[in-house]
Amino acid sequence: MKQTCLLIKSRKSKTTIRGCKVIVQLFGVFVFLIVGIFSFSIAEANDFESSIKDLGNKSRSKIKLAVKRLGNIGNPAALPALEALKDNHLQISSDGSLIILNESEDQGRYALSGNPVDLSSLTLHKPRINNSVRRVLSMAIGKLKLTSDSPQVRLQAAGQLLKMPSTDLVELVEKTLDREDNDEVRKIFILVLAKEGLKSDDKNRRLKSLNIINEFGNNDFKTDLEALLEKDDTGNFLEGDSEIRDHAAKAISTIENRQFFINQAANLFYGLSLGSILLLAALGLAITFGLMGIINMAHGEMLMLGAYATFLVQNLFREYLPGIFDWYLVIAIPISFIVSAIIGIILERTIIRHLYGRPLETLLATWGISLILIQSVRLLFGAQNVKVANPSYLSGGIEVFHGVVLPYNRIAIIMFVVFVVISIWMLLQKTSLGLQVRAVTQNREMASCMGISTHKIDMYTFGLGSGVAGLGGLALSQIGNVGPELGQLYIVDSFMVVVTGGVGKIAGTVAGALGLGILNKFLEPVAGAVLGKIIVLILIVILIQKRPQGLFAPKGRMMDN
Amino acid sequence: MIRKFIHLHSLREWLFIFTILAIATVLLPLFNILVPEESVLHVPNYMFALMGKYLCYALVALAIDLIWGYTGILSLGHGVFFSAGGYAMGMYLMRSVGKEGVYKSDLPDFMVFLDWKELPWYWYGFDSFIFTLLVILILPALFAFTFGYFAFKSRIKGVYFAIITQAMTFALMLLFFRNETGFGGNNGLTDFKRILGYSLQEPSTKMSLYIITAIILFLSYILSRYVVQSKLGRVLTAIRDAESRVMFSGYNTVHYKLFIWTLSAFLCGIAGALYVPQVGIINPSEMQPSNSIEMAIWVAVGGRGTLSGALVGAGLVNGAKSWFTVAAPDYWLYFLGTLFIVVTLYFPKGFTGIFARFNSKEKSKEST
Amino acid sequence: MTGVHIKDDSIDTTHGCILYLEEVTVSFDGFKALNDLNLYIDDGELRCIIGPNGAGKTTMMDVITGKTRPDYGTVFFGQNHDLTKMTEYEISHAGIGRKFQKPTVFLNHTVFENLELALHTQKDVWQSLTQSLTGEQRDIIDEDMETIGLKEQKYLRAGLLSHGQKQWLEIGMLLVQDPRLLLIDEPVAGMTHQETEHTAELLKSLAGKHSIVVVEHEMDFIRSIANRVTVLHEGHVLADGKMEDVQNDPKVIEVYLGS
Repeated sequence: MKQTCLLIKSRKSKTTIRGCKVIVQLFGVFVFLIVGIFSFSIAEANDFESSIKDLGNKSRSKIKLAVKRLGNIGNPAALPALEALKDNHLQISSDGSLIILNESEDQGRYALSGNPVDLSSLTLHKPRINNSVRRVLSMAIGKLKLTSDSPQVRLQAAGQLLKMPSTDLVELVEKTLDREDNDEVRKIFILVLAKEGLKSDDKNRRLKSLNIINEFGNNDFKTDLEALLEKDDTGNFLEGDSEIRDHAAKAISTIENRQFFINQAANLFYGLSLGSILLLAALGLAITFGLMGIINMAHGEMLMLGAYATFLVQNLFREYLPGIFDWYLVIAIPISFIVSAIIGIILERTIIRHLYGRPLETLLATWGISLILIQSVRLLFGAQNVKVANPSYLSGGIEVFHGVVLPYNRIAIIMFVVFVVISIWMLLQKTSLGLQVRAVTQNREMASCMGISTHKIDMYTFGLGSGVAGLGGLALSQIGNVGPELGQLYIVDSFMVVVTGGVGKIAGTVAGALGLGILNKFLEPVAGAVLGKIIVLILIVILIQKRPQGLFAPKGRMMDN
Repeated sequence: MIRKFIHLHSLREWLFIFTILAIATVLLPLFNILVPEESVLHVPNYMFALMGKYLCYALVALAIDLIWGYTGILSLGHGVFFSAGGYAMGMYLMRSVGKEGVYKSDLPDFMVFLDWKELPWYWYGFDSFIFTLLVILILPALFAFTFGYFAFKSRIKGVYFAIITQAMTFALMLLFFRNETGFGGNNGLTDFKRILGYSLQEPSTKMSLYIITAIILFLSYILSRYVVQSKLGRVLTAIRDAESRVMFSGYNTVHYKLFIWTLSAFLCGIAGALYVPQVGIINPSEMQPSNSIEMAIWVAVGGRGTLSGALVGAGLVNGAKSWFTVAAPDYWLYFLGTLFIVVTLYFPKGFTGIFARFNSKEKSKEST
Repeated sequence: MTGVHIKDDSIDTTHGCILYLEEVTVSFDGFKALNDLNLYIDDGELRCIIGPNGAGKTTMMDVITGKTRPDYGTVFFGQNHDLTKMTEYEISHAGIGRKFQKPTVFLNHTVFENLELALHTQKDVWQSLTQSLTGEQRDIIDEDMETIGLKEQKYLRAGLLSHGQKQWLEIGMLLVQDPRLLLIDEPVAGMTHQETEHTAELLKSLAGKHSIVVVEHEMDFIRSIANRVTVLHEGHVLADGKMEDVQNDPKVIEVYLGS
């Protein structure tokens, strides 16, 4: 800087002096600014801390001020404390420090430092807040979230805002829109503004808003749009401008079209999901009934046993291995298979074996077995449903479209059923055991002549079918209640699936299950759940009349006998 | 014609049958009316409702024996026909409650509760007993005929038939569980007051219903006996044993199966109609698949293809059920389940089979 | 499907043929059980059909009696009954009787009842429920029991008969059914030599009045009854003619030695 000064001085001394003065002044300003900013940030930090502290103030108006200040400061570190206050999880200890409790209120940490605190030594009380405080809180939380560094948080806050608009926040959105670099967040910001724009007095702005809604909007906008088309008692439109009305009507139909496709996609997924569940329930039956021709009415109970085996494994993990609790499901897979398979084999050896070739008697005897199994489970575990928890990785889901959430457990079941079907297929087609099973099921005498122990194969096949039912039970435990009557819910459906698909073909069962699942879900919105189910049952009855061998089974000489 | 009926049984058998009928319809009521209450021989009032219920079950068993025992067609959906008769009677009883329901309305209570303003069209006519009677006699049979026509024509048999009848009863149960269907949802129809003007609380009404049930059961038995003893009965058993041979002998087996199936449903519907006023309630749980399967086991326990065995079986199993539900409710399902297994494995001919074996042993002892 | 025209007993055999099978093809899951089969049976003829296992003999019977529908081809009984459009019982009423490979009688009925059920009469539900046998009908049954030698066993349950007796009972049932055409699948399987001879005589005596198609493996038996033999192989006719000619046909020899 001195050199510059000299250079200038060499040219023009007067100006040099003046110039140096300016520089000094500038320097001064610079220093002042630095110091100022520094001191300001200290002040701000103090302000932050004191504001947080003020959240525990006795006066509601002080709390409100503190909340507003925290919102304005824009430090996301305030979020946990604010949210805790809103959810009534913020407590004040006797020394005035604020403590955030967890959900179950048995652990806590300091609001400022975040360090854990031993709750037992403290006496706590709650800050006094009311709805007016809560409103301010929501606002501040919204502000903090909208300006958060994490796009996810911004997205969530923007979504929230879309549902419950508030003018202050909308203004904030307007300001931050240009700086927003995440496309998804931007899109929602634009929609927020568009929704706000509908209320504007400026016609152009309203039309522009309508166009935006037309392009990106979802079902949630329908009420706003329909409001534009409403008539008063005398039959006149409340909205005077016909152009606005036209645009609104157009937007509604676009949204409806879009929603229709989303719904169909959702139905397809839910149908696949239901189909995969039906398939898991019916796969075991496809083996015992489809391949062996045994009418096992206790099949449902094999599902139920698999589910209870999963329940037991879960309890053992919770008791002895809580650290790796999430792994219980993986361990439960072989165990549920084995439990059901062993019980199936015992039944086959002791009872069902004596009834081969007498299908109606088998039906009655296995029904008797199912009653005994149900009652045994009821006496052992109680008549009430037991709770099988999802491992953490199966909780929640992903939202693929607005309002269409695919839960992880259902996605996992779809993948699981693919795995099971492929395993069974490999087992039957690629192993020597599978070859023997197919031989015995196709021509028992011939197989026996060729040295295959048909008794053993019967036992293995039945065990396999029961074991697969056990796996089905494991899957069912992840999506619904587990109770003694679990199997009864699925037995009719399982038979329907196998019969629809065609007896004797695993591929037919797969197609039958997925077909019925999807059909069911597409009928549900039209006819309601119960009527939909009834219609499906009636369709199946008609189908069996038309094609007694099922949809996919080949015709042949065997069919008659 | 009358001679044909007389020839259904030997003189000794007729004597036996009429003795039982006389005991049931004359002696037992007399022991109730004439013998003082403190006496051991007094038949208490509650016995008549209970026995009436058993007789209804026996009629169901008879109906199932015709279709399963004689023709070899196992139905797991007879609960539907039973309920059809039962609901028809229930609707009549509901209508005769009049304005004495909880809500003092002309509509049945459950409709008031659902805030319905008028009677659905399918409730019209049930004010009249004659109409109700016609419905009871026609509806279950007609429904069975339609269902059977399609099923038998498509040659659905054996296990497939059993499964689709089960699906049928399951679907109808779901339908009747809905409030919107208009049959009282899962509560069904209950809180009846009177039948044909007689209070259902009166012991005399209960006794009369019981006697009527006994007589109808007797008549149904004679009718069934006539059917199975005729050539038609032999065709039915032939269908059970070798259906293709029957077809190749020139019989349209569809017609035969349809006849016996419809007759069976007809009897079952009557049983349902007699059951409802005596038990006081009809609800969709009667259509649970498990109920219909239980009906089959009555016949299996008594002995298939004998008619009398079905009657005995219904009595034995339901007697056991009554005892268990009081003495050891937790073990009733064990008993029932074991019964299913043991009977199918070891006593395919049921109780009458054991009895006959015992009898023939006695005879062979006598002869030696 | 309606039972209106089932009493139409008139069989139009003006061209001398009672059974026409033309270009009949039946396939199960890709496998052709019958492949372009052409077969004509003359009125009153006794025809024997032989062929190795899987030649399509039983399937052919199934097609004629309506148990299996052909994928392609025509089957006529006389010139006026299209068998592919009739049900089993209509075909039976039209006058075709069938004896199964495995003797199929009603095991829980007595011999008499078996014959009563088979007897040619009105066979609808109402008739069965109300009518009883006339004296004339009883005589027919008695006569028939004489023919098949089961008079002693009149009130015996069919399940208690010997295998040969069951075969006879089934033939007896066919006879009281009084058909124009009898399809007989392996009638002498499990019979003693004497019984076989007896059967051969019976069938020969029936020919002329009835047309008879016999499927059999037992060559001696066929030689004793047949004047014309048809050899089936892989679903179509391999050879046809007199027994001696057929036996010396190189194609037939190859098929039989090859299998």
